[in-house]
Amino acid sequence: MMEKAKSPRIAYGEALLELGEKDEKVVVLDADLAHATQTAMFAEKFKNRFFNVGIAEQNLMGLAAGLALSGFIPFASTFAVFGAGRAFEQIRNTICYPNSLNVKIAVTHAGITVGEDGGSHQAVEDISLMRSLPGMTVIVPCDAVETKKAVFAASKIKGPVYIRIARPVAPVITNEDDCFIPGKANVIRKGRDVTLFAAGLMVAKALEAAEILDGNGISASVINIHTIKPLDVETVLREAGSTGRAITIEEHSIIGGLGSAIAEVLIEKMPVKMKRIGINDLFGQSGTPDELLKHYGLTAEHIVSAVNEML
Amino acid sequence: MNLKHLQDICATVRRDIITMIGKANSGHPGGSLSLVEILVSLYYEVMNIKPEDPQWEDRDRLVLSKGHGCPALYSVLAHRGYFEKDKLITLRKLGSILQGHPDMKKTPGIDASTGSLGQGLSVAAGMALGAKLKNKNYKIFCIIGDGEMQEGQIWEAMMASIHYKLDNLTIILDHNRLQIDGPNDAVMSLGHITERMKAFGFDVCEVDGHDIEALINTFCRPSSQGKPKFVIANTVKGKGVSFMENQVGWHGKTPNAEEVKKALIELGGEI
Ligand SMILES: Cc1ncc(C[n+]2csc(CCOP(=O)(O)OP(=O)(O)O)c2C)c(N)n1
Repeated sequence: MMEKAKSPRIAYGEALLELGEKDEKVVVLDADLAHATQTAMFAEKFKNRFFNVGIAEQNLMGLAAGLALSGFIPFASTFAVFGAGRAFEQIRNTICYPNSLNVKIAVTHAGITVGEDGGSHQAVEDISLMRSLPGMTVIVPCDAVETKKAVFAASKIKGPVYIRIARPVAPVITNEDDCFIPGKANVIRKGRDVTLFAAGLMVAKALEAAEILDGNGISASVINIHTIKPLDVETVLREAGSTGRAITIEEHSIIGGLGSAIAEVLIEKMPVKMKRIGINDLFGQSGTPDELLKHYGLTAEHIVSAVNEML
Repeated sequence: MNLKHLQDICATVRRDIITMIGKANSGHPGGSLSLVEILVSLYYEVMNIKPEDPQWEDRDRLVLSKGHGCPALYSVLAHRGYFEKDKLITLRKLGSILQGHPDMKKTPGIDASTGSLGQGLSVAAGMALGAKLKNKNYKIFCIIGDGEMQEGQIWEAMMASIHYKLDNLTIILDHNRLQIDGPNDAVMSLGHITERMKAFGFDVCEVDGHDIEALINTFCRPSSQGKPKFVIANTVKGKGVSFMENQVGWHGKTPNAEEVKKALIELGGEI
């Protein structure tokens, strides 16, 4: 492993910088949050390929659409709540509906680990919104290393991609040479008793839970669903089928996100015992990221007790 | 009006802001400090309120559309008696009534939840419309940021407030000329704001946003018939703390223990 802990948003900024060097078509837009989303690194290096649109997220998406129509590969960045939320209809009707325009919507500060800024700033419904749009790819990287791969992969995809990036410093659990293919889930631990499907920062929590369970004689699979859409249906069916028990864990509402996506597949093709762990139809609030994860039941301990209840 | 008394309150509010943000280890000092005289003038001399009855139907309302400036508002509300002052140091902590951005469910005296920029002015205009519909005389005040004016919805709300002749609405622009990524003029220029607002059809006044007397006079002067008032309050981001004044970097940065101490001394606090 390269580094022990790193903020995925820093990795986003670094990835843009590298990508900008390799591909002149890459342009970056931000809405007065360049230092928070880390697009400032790109802005400094490639002044003429960076556009700060001010605090105007709807215009951000429109300008990105126009740049995509002009042959560029725009990365539009802001916080998840303002990108997926405020500009939802611009994304729908100006980016997706016309012709699946080649816009990369890379948002940071997703989920409750935003922390102290509180519920108004914590997007827990963005995956649900983005997943419902035809032609949209939805990627939720689990750590800094995977974030960088996601940015490079997104630039190769023709069409809109939503990349959901976390704010805090978080454990790095993947390796540089781990394979990352959008739409192809990564099995990172094989077990017999239960399958934990996780996305984003929850992958590390699932691994932690699997370790604890192992000590109690329970063997759990951990699957990193870095791409929520298109979902890797084959892997989901195979892995849920092999244990007969599926638990989903996400830093998002249990309505419409990873849990829903997996439930949709399993209920139609292969019903198994299932439990969704996430935010239970609530808004977030102020607190430190760790306090909030505990408060909303997104810890390894919580996953362990969910497994014990199911067995 | 006792000017000295109000100035003392402003100094206390500024010390609260620094202490609260220091304790929370997060928050927005710059845009809170620029708001102090505006809020103290409103809550002590201008607005018709009953702190013991925050939901009083006939009260004047305030919408802090630039919600990140809420430490200033929380302090003023506490000193006016909406809740106990010892709550102030719970800012941004798990379970606190004082969220990172204004939350009307949790905090007595908060008339509208804000935090996502550009949305509060529409709510204020809706309240002003509601007051007219009910034949009530209460007034609505709405504070917006200059960076916030870049949101399209602000202009939609301004159009509506002109169209519906909301002369019971006062829009106050905290014109400190800075936002997060730099000065307004570097990020996305507002052009000549005074001329633009006049052309829009507002009753426009420009005032020193740290001059309490001038603010009170401006807020109390009746607006011209049928026109909402637009007050351009020229302010200094970080006002009162020398090393924060006019510094873009202090938008959302937390002062460390040393900086808190230094700021409190400058603000006349006893250490
Ligand atoms: C819709 C939305 N976009 C972005 C943000 C993040 N944000 C918080 S404060 C701020 C800058 C605000 O600038 P300004 O309105 O001038 O306020 P001030 O300088 O007075 O603090 C930004 C971009 C937000 N809160 N809401």
